[in-house]
Amino acid sequence: MNAVLTLTDRGIYCPAGDFYIDPWRAVPRALITHGHADHARPGMGAYLCTTTAAPVMRHRLGDITADTIPYAETRQIGGALVSFHPAGHVPGSAQIRVEVGGEVWVVSGDYKVVDDGLSDPFEPVACHAFITECTFGLPVFKWTAPDVLKAEINSWWRANAAAGRTSLLGAYSLGKAQRLMALLDPAIGPILTHGAIENTNAVLRGQGIALPDTIRVTPGRDRKAHPGAMVLAPPSALSGTWARQFGADRSSAFASGWMALRGVRRRRGADRGFIVSDHADWDGLNTAIKATGAERIFVTHGYTSVFRRWLEDQGYDARIVATEYEGEYEGEGLDSTASDPDPEAGTEAGTEPEAQDT
Amino acid sequence: MKRFAALYASVDQTTSTKAKVEALASYFREAPEDDRLWTIALFSGRRPRRLITASVLREWAAEKAGLPLWLFEECYPVVGDLAETIALILPPATTTSDHSLTHWIGHLKTLSTQDDARRKAGILAAWDGLPPTERFLFTKLLTGGFRVGVSQKLMTRALALATGIDEAELTHRLMGNWTPETTDWHRLIEVPDPTAALSRPYPFYLAYGLEETDQITPVGAWSAERKWDGIRGQLICRAGTHHLWSRGEEVMTDRFPELAVLKDFLPAGTVIDGEILAHDTNGPLPFATLQKRIGRKTVPKKLLVEAPVILMAYDLLEAGGTDIRQQPFSARRKQLESLCASLPPDLPLRLSPQVPFEDLEALARARVESRDLGAEGLMLKRLDSPYLAGRKKGDWWKWKVDPLTIDAVMIYAQAGSGRRANLFTDFTFAVRDGDSLVPFTKAYSGLTDAEFRDITAWVRKNTQQRFGPVRQVTPTLVFEIAFEGIQASPRHKSGVALRFPRMARWRQDKPAGEVNTLEDLRQMLAQFG
Ligand SMILES: [Zn+2]
Ligand SMILES: [Zn+2]
Repeated sequence: MNAVLTLTDRGIYCPAGDFYIDPWRAVPRALITHGHADHARPGMGAYLCTTTAAPVMRHRLGDITADTIPYAETRQIGGALVSFHPAGHVPGSAQIRVEVGGEVWVVSGDYKVVDDGLSDPFEPVACHAFITECTFGLPVFKWTAPDVLKAEINSWWRANAAAGRTSLLGAYSLGKAQRLMALLDPAIGPILTHGAIENTNAVLRGQGIALPDTIRVTPGRDRKAHPGAMVLAPPSALSGTWARQFGADRSSAFASGWMALRGVRRRRGADRGFIVSDHADWDGLNTAIKATGAERIFVTHGYTSVFRRWLEDQGYDARIVATEYEGEYEGEGLDSTASDPDPEAGTEAGTEPEAQDT
Repeated sequence: MKRFAALYASVDQTTSTKAKVEALASYFREAPEDDRLWTIALFSGRRPRRLITASVLREWAAEKAGLPLWLFEECYPVVGDLAETIALILPPATTTSDHSLTHWIGHLKTLSTQDDARRKAGILAAWDGLPPTERFLFTKLLTGGFRVGVSQKLMTRALALATGIDEAELTHRLMGNWTPETTDWHRLIEVPDPTAALSRPYPFYLAYGLEETDQITPVGAWSAERKWDGIRGQLICRAGTHHLWSRGEEVMTDRFPELAVLKDFLPAGTVIDGEILAHDTNGPLPFATLQKRIGRKTVPKKLLVEAPVILMAYDLLEAGGTDIRQQPFSARRKQLESLCASLPPDLPLRLSPQVPFEDLEALARARVESRDLGAEGLMLKRLDSPYLAGRKKGDWWKWKVDPLTIDAVMIYAQAGSGRRANLFTDFTFAVRDGDSLVPFTKAYSGLTDAEFRDITAWVRKNTQQRFGPVRQVTPTLVFEIAFEGIQASPRHKSGVALRFPRMARWRQDKPAGEVNTLEDLRQMLAQFG
């Protein structure tokens, strides 16, 4: 059986069509699943992405040669038939289906199976081989149900607003932030946004995607102008000087799949962690894989060796593809100036166990 | 359990100490008395007897979740906590229950009298009837080590707030060997205890590390003594009783029985700040000797002979029943000197000698000699300083000797636990020995979170082999390892053991071929061991 796709040092390659999918080095022709930086890199000769994904790609990559394609439309590239299908990850994100001589392979890109109300929902695509991400490919990752999540975030915000505190919610600026905005109850207060998020909002609004009203946080803004506001910002901004303008009494939270782990939540030093991701959780991955009907599964991007073994246990022909995608990296955009306990702390802990228990 | 889970959630969902204390205080006002008592017990390290081994719990949880055991084992190091791993992988509860914390602990006690099949059924049924947070806490009861971000100190503060009883008084009442089965709320918390005042310590005065030597000018205004390498302690002799407190507000009286004799010689109303030190007639013994005594609540005779301790006296806080902390150090020191001079010489109490120096150069020389004398460096005290509370700058400084250092290559990495779960933070290092690498120490601190994240990403890409949670990595990354001491250790392949090893820096400039050798380590052992 001929491989429809192979792995090269530049990325996933289709010899029949002479193109790459989400390559990490410059190539003449790149098919891009979505606009996140680890998938859409600069320097490609030509780009092909979905119509919905294109504006953000142009916003992020500048002046690129990009062709667009609607979901589900088939296009012939060399000896390959190519089509893009909703991945439900962020607006415009796609799985890419490649058919060569009747053999069908699908590259998932990043995906989630729950409907976030913003992206076109994930659609399973029947195939022989499925190249799937597994960022959260362990059974400890199970996402909070959307209605519960909505209630959790709003009640946190409501309590802060009632106490006169500003709420700061750290979320990735493309996808996660907009999805969370859509869950917020505007009756509680105004929604403020960090520039990085508001720039993405502007691009999405410009292409006709409806988002709630937001106010960009600008320098020199009157601190007291928006009491009880919700501020959305990239995770890195929450620990820096930028966040201090919202007063010492602010409450901060992160929204990420990693918040499922108490240790990570504590390490990030926020008051709250909301368990929500634009990647599939354990059940989501298993459901999605099953729905493709594929027998060969290539796993990438995440807990690959564990997830591969699990799939093999389930009867799949499962292998690892070593790509350079980073997924929802736990440290995503986090600055850390705080260093670990100094040697003195070690000394104390060594002699007095009590001192550790704080 | 719902009220207890709500308490846990409100403590867990804030980083503000004030908010934590308030949540605990309102729990101590509202919760049923027996639940309050169990909460105090759990947060002060008194947990129910362990009923089921961790490995059996893992099996049951994996089985209930329909997952192979190997997959459970892969999850555990990512989560970093057994109870949490179990709570996360179990399927959602299918029934509901509303029992108190005390009920569940009683339930565990009942199960302990039953056979394995009934125990298993009892645990599985409990898991199936508890929502996530309660399930996590219930499993914490099973796995022991109830660390949920509330220190005993924080809890005591909240208890003081809720009851109006003085915090130090409560600290004292919560001591000892009580369990919720041997006492009740009223007896433990509310009944005044006249003996509390007899044992009450003063807050310790702690020094910062010296930054600039010109902070020690004019030199005539300062006193220097050795910073001894033991456990800081406060000896309290009042009305024929004696108590020994650690800096962590722990009572260590019974751990060092040889100090009991002091109460027969010291005048009533004497409080001494000092260092508990392993020490024989020839002088201080290495810290490793004292280490054998740490963590032991009772001391076998043999250990008393092998690892005898003394109290090295630094300061006098109370004399003749009077608090003299506001007097200048020079005056307190004089009284301490005459007190020590009046005692028989063979008592396990010594005066920490002053180190004479006429200028900063002499002081610097004295500091360097510290390691040879079995000390960590110098303590510098302004002669007119009062004895303050807590860590304060200005009047007291510690000036430790520079650590020993060696460059080594990382060969194994393991994920941390707690707030370091899912990050590779625990490393094993090796030095060169001809063509081979010899592991000689582990270290897990000294780097920034950002460095740990970079190393974590690197470890994932450069794993050669996995042994459970441990990854063998390509020997590439070089670190400067700093440590406080070195001694011979036949248990270790390298033949040495280091004291307080940590990563001083990541040497991205140095290739693995240039790390130090086993011979270098041996020379350090010969020189400093
Ligand atoms: Zn993505
Ligand atoms: Zn990705």
